[in-house]
Amino acid sequence: MTTQQQEFEITIRPNQGWLNIDWKGLRDYRDLLILLVRRDFVSKYQQTVLGPLWFVINPVITTIVFTLVFGKVVGISTDGLDPTLFYMCGLVAWTYFSSVLGSTAATFTGNAHLFGKVYFPRLIVPLALAASHLFTLGIQLVTFVAIYVVYHYNGRAADLAPNSLVFLMPLFIAHMALLALGVGMALSALTAKYRDFHHLSGFLVQLWMYATPIIYPLSSLIKKMPAGFEWAAVLNPMTMLVEAFRYSTMSRGTFSYGFYGISLGVSVIVFVVGLAMFQRAARTFVDTV
Amino acid sequence: MSRPIIEVRGISKKYRLGKLGMTSFRDEMQNLVNRFRSKPDPMPSPKREVTDFWALRDVSFDVEPGQVIGIIGRNGAGKSTLLKILSRITEPTTGEIKIRGRIASLLEVGTGFHPELSGRENVFLNGAILGMTRSEIRNKFDAIVDFAEISQFIDTPVKRYSSGMYVRLAFAVAAHLEPEILIIDEVLAVGDQAFQQKCLGKMQQVANSDGRTILFVSHHMPAVRRLCERCVVLSKGLATPPIDVESAIDHYNREFKLGESAHAIDTSSLPRDHGRGRTCKIVHVDAKGTPALSYGDPLNLEVTLECFESVKDVMIGVGFDTMDGNRVLTLDSDTQAAPLTLPRGRHLVNLHLDYMPLHPAQYCLSVAAVSGANCHDILPRFAVWEVITSKHDTISDRGFGGCRLPPSVSVSG
Repeated sequence: MTTQQQEFEITIRPNQGWLNIDWKGLRDYRDLLILLVRRDFVSKYQQTVLGPLWFVINPVITTIVFTLVFGKVVGISTDGLDPTLFYMCGLVAWTYFSSVLGSTAATFTGNAHLFGKVYFPRLIVPLALAASHLFTLGIQLVTFVAIYVVYHYNGRAADLAPNSLVFLMPLFIAHMALLALGVGMALSALTAKYRDFHHLSGFLVQLWMYATPIIYPLSSLIKKMPAGFEWAAVLNPMTMLVEAFRYSTMSRGTFSYGFYGISLGVSVIVFVVGLAMFQRAARTFVDTV
Repeated sequence: MSRPIIEVRGISKKYRLGKLGMTSFRDEMQNLVNRFRSKPDPMPSPKREVTDFWALRDVSFDVEPGQVIGIIGRNGAGKSTLLKILSRITEPTTGEIKIRGRIASLLEVGTGFHPELSGRENVFLNGAILGMTRSEIRNKFDAIVDFAEISQFIDTPVKRYSSGMYVRLAFAVAAHLEPEILIIDEVLAVGDQAFQQKCLGKMQQVANSDGRTILFVSHHMPAVRRLCERCVVLSKGLATPPIDVESAIDHYNREFKLGESAHAIDTSSLPRDHGRGRTCKIVHVDAKGTPALSYGDPLNLEVTLECFESVKDVMIGVGFDTMDGNRVLTLDSDTQAAPLTLPRGRHLVNLHLDYMPLHPAQYCLSVAAVSGANCHDILPRFAVWEVITSKHDTISDRGFGGCRLPPSVSVSG
């Protein structure tokens, strides 16, 4: 009896440290994480005719628009890649990043009612979001691969092939989730206090897309950098991630482990800062709504 | 030998009232800029006025395993704050709490229900939010559905449920939680009366047979009396140690008597329609002799009239309506006595009942002075009075609202 009691002992006291993470709580609530992922998935396509097909339609249509506007009309370089594959690869990566970021940023404002009524480790919510968007990413990657294979055999992309870096894809995806969660959690903490950031975060994501080589290749960005400062082009961690997606699947573009290291380093810092801000907001949020 | 399952030590909670935290980013930036320029603040009070409010002050108590503890207090006494801290929704400002067991709170049933999901999916989701694992929920699923009486709709999205079904399902999930400590806040406000009785019964079963520790927060004294062994009484952020239920309810009622001076009401300056109150005005209404209105105690209502001319055949009527608007008690001065004829001047009219028949609850009060078809003055629902429980009130958890009088009983045949 005593041992059992000690096992469950919880101490509540004010102002625990900034990065105090309730590991045990996260483990106890892992079923909640799974159920939240299910809820997101089911509720999103409830009462739609096409259902999860929307996951496919979205990137395909955007890719067509990009190909027409930036490829045909403006004529931006695609590093010699087929424009459709070039844009689609970047967009699939970006869609995951921006949707995790956007939904994480609304963690506090969207769950105010829930958070005011029940305790569970608040981190469960962003983690569930990152996980539930993995389904979308998976379906979109499959779509991309399907188009890639068709193009490969009908000759439009006969010279393209993946390389061994493609095995690092899970790392790239985890890295992207880390970065999106970091920025999203920081924004959610700021939004909890100042609703201004709610408007700002949508805008920020849009601007960030143009700062990332989605519609242009990294090589043309590096060319614009002053000599010796090429590394500055990859301070935006998404740059190397999008480029890594393209390089590993199609072996074209710019990839170096040094650049990737910078990107990972920046992402980890962003994540830790975002996590700290999130944890802090989680403790006081209920008193300020 | 066994240690307390909950140890609360010196808990205080401070809230900052005023606009801080609700300012927009622009305002704070503006303040920052001004501070750098060392300009005086362009927005002095009230916009930037911040006052500290202590919702709880140095609250300490212990709860032993298996105890059912009531937490009672008037609105604003700090009950919700204490519960929020205990259930880890918010942090205390100072102090420490040790909890030796899993804790689950039922602050509001149906939290986290998603309208698009079916009843089945919501049972799982809600259970997980309340801290159950999927296998625990799976084991209890049939019992939950049975309890909620909705088995045929379990695969329908809950947005198509009636509000009664929704609440029943939500409560059923919560009632099947099996933490060592359960916090319950005012769940009795849900569902129809039969279901409320069922909930109360379920809680009693949980408390008695399963040896669960329960913290029960309620305004409904009969339920507190039925479920709890001991109560913590909160008033203005201060708490008593757990004391026995009767003295706790006494304490709570005394609070009311001290606080609720509203039983004497100056009605002279209340607004009137249609120029009423010109011939004869109701200037004061008071429940005399009793500091509080309690069920079963004598009631002395004193209505003060100011007559500006002499009036004939006046009837004074007082009505009590329930908060949802049903008249449950009418006291008319001419029911058994002759109408009054009053000369010019000030008169006190006393209406007396030996036994206050109204159930403990809040009631809206109306008063009128009428001569036949001529209404001298009328004050519809001008005050809310609380009728509290008393020593006569041993069985009022059998129903809510309305009147109850002690009949004389005889058996024949």
